[in-house]
Amino acid sequence: MTLEIIGVSVLWLFLFLYVIVASIDFGAGFFNAYSAFTDKQHILTNIIQRYLSPVWEVTNVFFVFFFVGIIGFFPQTAFYYGTTLLVPASLALILLAIRGSYYAFATYGAKINHRGYIYMYGLSGLLLPASLSPVLAMSEGGFIKMNGDQPYLDYWALFTSPLMWSIVVLSITAVLYISAVFLTWYANKAGDAKATDLMRKYALVWAGPAIVTATGIIFELRGHNPEHYSRILDLWWVFAISFLLFIGTVYLIWKKKNYGLAFILLVGQFFTAFFAYGVSHYPYLLYPYLTIYDSFTNEAMAIALIVAFIAGLGLLLPSLYLLFRLFLFDKDYVKGKSDYHA
Amino acid sequence: MGFEDTALLSRILTTMTLSFHILYATIGVGVPLMILIAQWVGIKKKDDHYILLARRWARGFVITVAVGVVTGTAIGLQLSLLWPNFMQMAGNVIALPLFMEVFAFFFEAIFLGIYLYTWDRFEDQRKHLLLLIPVALGAAASSVFITMVNSFMNAPQGFDLVNGELVNISPLLAMLSPAVPTKVAHVMSTAFMTSAFVLASIAALRIVQGSTHVYHKKALLMTMKLGFVFSIATALIGDFSGKYLAEYQPEKLAAAEWHFETEDEARLILFGVLDGQEPKYAIEIPYALSILAYGVPSAEVTGLNEFPEDEIPPLWIHYLFDTMVSIGMWLAFFSFVYVVAAWRKWPIITKKWFRWLTVAAGPLALIAIEAGWWFTEVGRQPWILRGYMKTSEAATTSGQVDLMIILFAGLYFILGIGTIVVLSRMYKRNPVEKELAQRQKADKGGDPE
Repeated sequence: MTLEIIGVSVLWLFLFLYVIVASIDFGAGFFNAYSAFTDKQHILTNIIQRYLSPVWEVTNVFFVFFFVGIIGFFPQTAFYYGTTLLVPASLALILLAIRGSYYAFATYGAKINHRGYIYMYGLSGLLLPASLSPVLAMSEGGFIKMNGDQPYLDYWALFTSPLMWSIVVLSITAVLYISAVFLTWYANKAGDAKATDLMRKYALVWAGPAIVTATGIIFELRGHNPEHYSRILDLWWVFAISFLLFIGTVYLIWKKKNYGLAFILLVGQFFTAFFAYGVSHYPYLLYPYLTIYDSFTNEAMAIALIVAFIAGLGLLLPSLYLLFRLFLFDKDYVKGKSDYHA
Repeated sequence: MGFEDTALLSRILTTMTLSFHILYATIGVGVPLMILIAQWVGIKKKDDHYILLARRWARGFVITVAVGVVTGTAIGLQLSLLWPNFMQMAGNVIALPLFMEVFAFFFEAIFLGIYLYTWDRFEDQRKHLLLLIPVALGAAASSVFITMVNSFMNAPQGFDLVNGELVNISPLLAMLSPAVPTKVAHVMSTAFMTSAFVLASIAALRIVQGSTHVYHKKALLMTMKLGFVFSIATALIGDFSGKYLAEYQPEKLAAAEWHFETEDEARLILFGVLDGQEPKYAIEIPYALSILAYGVPSAEVTGLNEFPEDEIPPLWIHYLFDTMVSIGMWLAFFSFVYVVAAWRKWPIITKKWFRWLTVAAGPLALIAIEAGWWFTEVGRQPWILRGYMKTSEAATTSGQVDLMIILFAGLYFILGIGTIVVLSRMYKRNPVEKELAQRQKADKGGDPE
């Protein structure tokens, strides 16, 4: 295994973790807003806040980790993506900033319960994945063009591309689906039958759209990037496993059985699909300009980063375990029996 | 739009983001230590007031952390968006501390979440105190690592540039540039000092507003003592920083001091305005610059005339330098007077005008933080990487920076107002008198403690 592969795998893993934890976060905001809209807010708000409050900051770090890591391991990406992404990334940053600080203001500070804010918060949770997902479309090539030796983003090509819009739709449906399955499990653990019921319904509603758009994108790649498409076909069996895991999740939720296992299967489904997609993208970071080989950092830095990464994980994993034990798997906390908030 | 223009616009946006972020970042680094000390004092003295102090600070702290986190994310990404050429190079040479900073941040985020949601969960308050150590350590460590990146920009090393190619890269050497010791120490001590004075301001303000509760007096005395200790440390480290500049970045020191001719027995210029090469209305202290630079009155200090004109930083950084130093000196002096007066029970500290001076300490310290950062950043112009890459060569070629400036200005405005409104509402609705009364009632209501 070469250093390049290790580097890109590490980053892909962290991007995956961000996708899962951020989906739960973004989706929770949306469901909270939707339940306020339908006058069911009292059912969900407590469950959602109890989960999000101690972990929302950690969610944010996964994102920072990914973009700092990619500059570290693949400095050339700063040149191509940095130059072209100014507008979309700035918009995502502003949404992220408003969302993050609003959450803290409302939860720890002023107890803002105004409906308008709740709707905006929910909406921003859907706009965020939509504003981040064009990057995936851009990496397929055809949207970043060169003006002499300076790259620029062809907005017209991007905004008229069915591929880009399919990825946007996928990101939104996936966010809602992942979040709903997780919250079903969490609400069930809290012994909150009403919230479980509601979230279970949402999970079933969003399962279909999520899988349909995901499949659709594979076929759209056939026209957009045939090279990538053929490599995806080589990996058909991994996508098949992913689909079976999807069936498993939906079955368990339908039968109201073992929500914990259902969530694990869901993570497995996205993990396999995400990695198969990543592997089939190999060796390109930005088709056709950047491969992971010609953009890789020097060997000394790569080794230093990997050492730092291993040391960092040594610190991180026990801490994350402690966090989960205290808040995710602690019965009294989950059930809201005692409020230990500062 | 021309290349120069995007460089200027990128500088404006970066300045705006960083200037906003460092207010929150400074508090983010310093306040966990203050909370830690308050809780420790509370446990040691068995005084509930200090524990409550820690708890109330922690509540307000979350709000500032939240804004610090989101603006920190913004500057992290903006570095690549606005300075892609620099980040490409930085990725090759200085990625290690950037990467480590994220781990420190991770560590802090995890334990802050745990700390905030485990009040009263442990029988033993000391266990809860332990959770705060990783928070304070993580906050301090992330400031250390990010300052290392900034130090590298001031004194790049750990690589060779051969025909435009980077060779012989040593990540550790790049991380430990000569600017690191003074910069890191200065950043830390000023963060602790500023946080102490900001918290002192709050306590003083409550007393000015008429609260007579002993809780505020305890808070004020403790934070002023801490402020005094850290302002002395800051002054000492500031002196080392001057000596560092004389050795490694003489053009920055010379521009700060309007020192044109290379000469020995150099004078130090305080305040004044510049007319050609002659400062007017300035206070001149003979030999002081030589002492600041090398510790001996006779030492020779390099002047600005030794440098090519297009490599000299703007001369107005003198005002920033003066602002930073004067505020630092004033706060050290003022906190010393306060602590002595409190110890000797002089009636002066109960005077209203003196209270107001105390209230001013926190905002003044924040102004000094801004002035100091502007001084150090503008002082290395025109370089983004001193001696290697000019700022104009590093900027993005994207034409939409002006629009982004407007958007982010709006964002920071909203966040700034939001912080003030939320924090003041939070404390006004739940003053300490009310919270103490509630706790007493809870204790009587059958709570075993």
